[in-house]
Amino acid sequence: MKNLIIKTLMIASTLGLIWYAHHNMDPYPLSILNNIGIFVILALSYNLINGVTGQFSLEPNGFVAIGAYMTAIFLIPTETKIDMYALVDPAPIILEMQANFLPALLAGGLASTFIAFMISVPVFRVRGDYLAIVTLGFGFIIKIFAMNTPAYTNGAMGLNDIPDYANFLWIGTIGLVTFVAMINIINSRFGRAMKAIRDDEDAATAMGVNTYWIKTLAFMTSAFFEGVGGGLLASFISTIAPDQFTFLLTFQLLIIIVLGGLGSMTGTLVATILVMGGMEWLRFLDSNMNIFGYDTGAHPGMRMVVFAMLLITMMLFARKGLFGDRELTDIIKSRFKRRKS
Amino acid sequence: MDLSTFLQQLVNGISLGSMYALIAIGYTMVYGTLRLINFAHGDIMMVGAFLVYLAVAVGLPFPVAVLVAIAGSMAVGVMTDKIAYKPLRDAPKISLLITAIGISFFLENLFNVLFGGVPKAFPAPGYLTISFKLGDVILPLMVIVIPVITVLILGAVLWVLFKTKYGMAIRALAFDIPTVKLMGINADYIISIVFALGSALAAIGGIFYAISYPSIDPLMGVIVGLKAFAAAVLGGIGSVTGAVLGGFILGFTEIFVVALFPELGGYKDAFAFFFLILVLLFKPTGIMGKDLERGRF
Repeated sequence: MKNLIIKTLMIASTLGLIWYAHHNMDPYPLSILNNIGIFVILALSYNLINGVTGQFSLEPNGFVAIGAYMTAIFLIPTETKIDMYALVDPAPIILEMQANFLPALLAGGLASTFIAFMISVPVFRVRGDYLAIVTLGFGFIIKIFAMNTPAYTNGAMGLNDIPDYANFLWIGTIGLVTFVAMINIINSRFGRAMKAIRDDEDAATAMGVNTYWIKTLAFMTSAFFEGVGGGLLASFISTIAPDQFTFLLTFQLLIIIVLGGLGSMTGTLVATILVMGGMEWLRFLDSNMNIFGYDTGAHPGMRMVVFAMLLITMMLFARKGLFGDRELTDIIKSRFKRRKS
Repeated sequence: MDLSTFLQQLVNGISLGSMYALIAIGYTMVYGTLRLINFAHGDIMMVGAFLVYLAVAVGLPFPVAVLVAIAGSMAVGVMTDKIAYKPLRDAPKISLLITAIGISFFLENLFNVLFGGVPKAFPAPGYLTISFKLGDVILPLMVIVIPVITVLILGAVLWVLFKTKYGMAIRALAFDIPTVKLMGINADYIISIVFALGSALAAIGGIFYAISYPSIDPLMGVIVGLKAFAAAVLGGIGSVTGAVLGGFILGFTEIFVVALFPELGGYKDAFAFFFLILVLLFKPTGIMGKDLERGRF
């Protein structure tokens, strides 16, 4: 009972903070917050399959792309679509698809979930590093399809003028919902089964866990939130093209979940803020620098060099990340106990 | 499709397949010994091409530049192993894989910062870009040179693997690293040789690629690398001849499917992954592979 009250209070106060930030913050910091919010959604759901279930996969860019395109197509008004599809005429079904923001987001999430269900058969036939390669290939294939089906996706030109409904109220609230959902999932029966698969898949099978089904469920859940996050991303930046959904996106999410600790949701939360904030703060690395009076010129990509080195260093010296696979609350509790004894 | 078009596509397929094969050998050898998908292997190929560009820009003649580039790529390959992979030999495989992804990203972005992301013209000398005409078939010189060199290299690699002491050590590592160490073999030294050999082949593949499609950019190794990995799995990962076979099958498929169904041209880069998924679904050991747990080249 006491726990329930604390949780309700925490959720209510977070909502209050989101509301306050939405109404009182300047556009630039708010846009960074929005970015962080979207990446929180993506990273949390990526951590569910990679960290909690231990199935190292590299496909989020594919699911984000599906969600983003789906939501965008539902949101763009029909007249705009007729003007926008320049390469070929849009397919009739594209013109008919119209929805409000929330149904459009859900459609994006459900489309990703459906694709996740379809590909789980070939994907979970393999384990370990093969799984990584197959899912990486899936991400590539999605991008290639987005390039080559101009009647649906407008090809390489992508979609623009997506109505920007996604403000911080939406992004923050959905981020909070994702977080609460993830915490509840990992503390449920399914979550324990997922962790059992991560620790020892064969032992989990022997204990009667239907590993294939649990993995598929985790994959679909992860895909749903990635799709929704993709929809938010599309509406937030209001223009999408296949080139945005490359492996770079997956790589950023990978850094986040490795830094936070594979399997730790609170760790992911903290790491998202650190990495996305760091990306913003390190922006100066990409621009012209003046070192001892010598102008180095602009270096687009310097930030990614730094982040790649960060990832390698983390793997070499601090493989567990910030929190390992524990949550922040567990760490505080164990500190507390040690003090007492 | 008439005969001359067929022959034209055939030589194109052989040439493309050879390049995939050269890169696939490196994947298969590293996987055979360390059970690691070396994500950075495709980027070593890019490093090779860029080092030629750099060496020619400095003023070296082209053949010397090629040798310098191969040596440089070998050094980069061995260094990635020493710095990033060696400390993680006993770590979970996933950590190794994440590190490999990190190295791959590091190399791509480092070269992006150093050389810029705009594709550069590759300084191939004139005597390598001439082409002959046989009837209606146009034969660029490289289309003949590439397969010949690939076959020679394959022979050399097989000779090293099966006729030399080092080859025997490499094959032994593929079975069991701790036991090999107990036998008094310096396992890390042998692994370095594997990386050096694989990187040299990747660099040669990258230089061929750069001469055939005369432009280079920091991301050129990504797609080619993944395709070569798919080729290695198709042929049976851990098997060198399998890697070559897989490379040729993939090269031919890409060329002929696009020649027969031009409307599928945009999906060319996806074939490799369809192959990969099909192989993993129906015959995970690939064409030449025996048992994945006991790779033996």
